[in-house]
Formats: sequence, structure tokens, C-alpha cells
Amino acid sequence: MFFNSLLTNFAALEVGQHLYWQIGNIRLHGQVFLTSWILLGALLVFISLGTKKMENDPKGLQNLLEFLWDYIRDLARTQIGEKVYRDWMPFIGTLFLFVFVSNWGGALIPWRLIKLPSGELGAPTADINTTIALALLVSLSYFYAGLSNKGWRYFEYYVHPTPIMLPFKILEDFTKPLSLSFRLFGNILADELVVGVLVFLVPLILPIPVMFLGLFTSAIQALIFATLAAYYIGEAVEEHH
Amino acid sequence: MLAFNFFGATEGGLFDINATLPLMAIQVVALTYILNSLFFKPVGNIVEKREKFVSNNIIEAKNKLSEVKKLEADLLTQLQNARTEAQRIVSEAENESDKLYKEALEFANNEANASKEKARLEIESQTSAARDQLSKQADDLSELIVNRLILEK
Repeated sequence: MFFNSLLTNFAALEVGQHLYWQIGNIRLHGQVFLTSWILLGALLVFISLGTKKMENDPKGLQNLLEFLWDYIRDLARTQIGEKVYRDWMPFIGTLFLFVFVSNWGGALIPWRLIKLPSGELGAPTADINTTIALALLVSLSYFYAGLSNKGWRYFEYYVHPTPIMLPFKILEDFTKPLSLSFRLFGNILADELVVGVLVFLVPLILPIPVMFLGLFTSAIQALIFATLAAYYIGEAVEEHH
Repeated sequence: MLAFNFFGATEGGLFDINATLPLMAIQVVALTYILNSLFFKPVGNIVEKREKFVSNNIIEAKNKLSEVKKLEADLLTQLQNARTEAQRIVSEAENESDKLYKEALEFANNEANASKEKARLEIESQTSAARDQLSKQADDLSELIVNRLILEK
């Protein structure tokens, strides 16, 4: 009796249930778009505020944004290399910011207080569609980077040390997006589930360290996603001698 | 409830892939362009401008420092040259004064010797004159004595 009421009142963990939007023939996961719009809106407001009045002596928000820019540049430069990192820095930075804001927004904002008719709000990166979309964009990017930088010579990469590598390199083109998307999806969903289950079992104090751990994993996952994306692009544009 | 509806469901489920995927991809691409024009370009411009400014200043300062060092070295050689020049002038002057002193000394010595010689000659002549006179007087005296003696006889 008691448990049943607890279940319905406190922690109804809804896994795999979505708020469906029907537009013509296509169906969308509405909760993913709702949270992503709120979080990206906040990010854009934050960035607009920080870049509104740029000065040569940075103050306040501009300082933070410059630090962020520098961080992303270092990440892109070390992975992609001095020659082409400029072209890819906005993409890598957007991936990092999108994943980071999604992860942290999902973990920090008490979305569960907002009731939806079906499903619940949460990190956009806890939905497989989002992570596969990001991973496929990364795949397209490294193909484009390799082909635009080296032309057909890009395919030398597949037989680079020896032609024996060919099947493994082809396999890699599939495992790269698979591992990228499932790593992010699994980590963020697992974090949400662990916190959800703990809150459901022990509503006070005990979930807090796990929430901190979740924030840590969220940041690390954003960094890993951006670093790997940059590394794949760097691998594609690298010149073999 | 804990509805773990993983696979198989026609509706819902964790791995329910639908049009959310391409739309999210489009959204991320759009976000890339928006962030590029809102964030990466302007912040990049200002940071790189500042980096250029700083590196230019460092280069300028390095140039100035090397110039200062060159000038310092130049000054040092000039100072050394002036020192050797001064030493040369001093030693030249010393030699000159030494020579002059020696010349003056020689001249004075010669003069002294000459006047000494002259005095000696004069003394000698006077002595001989005196001696002549003395001997003449002695002769006169002796003659006188002889005459007196002869007359008394």
C-alpha cells in the first residue's frame, strides 16, 4: 500500500516513454526538443550577454567566454593540428557546448517538477536520437574533412600501414559513430536512472553524492565527445608520409 | 512505474528512433552556424587581436633591448678607445716633459761647465800673472838687495 502510493507520488521512473508530437506523417520526441530549446536558449542568451560589449581588457562574462574559447581552441588544435583546426573549431566547440549544456542542464534542473502528459523532461543527450544525430554529424564531418583536404588520397588512409588494415578501417567507420552515440547515451541515461532510483528509494541526502558524480560524468562525457570528434577529424586530415 | 520497455515496442522504448534524429542533426548544424557568428568569430577576433598585440609588443621590446645592448657595447668600445687615447696622450706628454727636462739639464750642465772652465782659465791666467809679477818683484827686490849690498861695500 505504502509503497504503491510512494511510487505514484514521488518517483515514477518513466523509461522509454516519450511525449509524441505528430507533424503530418512524422513523429517526434517532443520532450527532447523542449529541453534542448530551453537549454540552448539559455546558452545563447548567456553568450549574447557575454559578447555584447567586447573590450580589449576583458571583464566579467567576456573573461569566462574567452576562457571557454581558449579551451576549445586548445582542444581542437591538439587533436586536429595547426593547419586546419580553424575550420573545425566552431563544430567541435558546438559539440562540446551542446553536449555539456544538455548533460548539465539535465542533471541540474529539476525537470521532474514539470508534469507532461506522457514521458518526462530530461537531458536531451539521454535520448538515443540526439546522440546518434551528433555521432552521424561527426562521421560526415570527418569524411568531409578528409575528402576536402586530401581529395581521393583520403582513401590511402584505409590501407595506410598495410592493405591488411582495410577491413578494420572500414569496420571503424561503423564502430566510431556507434561507440560515440552509445557511450554518451548510456552514460547520461544511466546517470539519470541511478539518481532516479536512489531518489525513489531514499529521497534524502543519499542521492546527493551520486548527483555530484553525475555532474562529473556529464562534464567528462562532453569533453570525451568533443575530443574524439576532433581526433577523428584530425586522423582524416593527417598527412601520411 | 519502473517501466523498462526496452525493445520490441512499436510505440516508445529506449531505442525508438524516429524523425527526432534528422531534426536534431539539423538543429545542431544550425546551432553551429549561430554559435560561429555569435561566439567563435567575435571572441576569436578579439583574442587573436590581443595575442597579436602582445606578441608584437614582445618583439618590439626585444628589438629595443637588442638595440640598447648594441648601443651599450658601442659605448663601451668608445669608452675603451677614449681611455687608451688618454693613456697615449698622457704617456706622450710624459715623454715630452722628460725630454725637455733632459735637454734643459744638459744645457744647464754645459753652461755650468763652460763658465766653470772660463773661471778656471781666468784663475789660471790671473795666477800666472800674479806669479809673474811676484817673480818680477822678487827679481827687483833681489836686484835692489844686491845693489845695496854692492854699494855698501
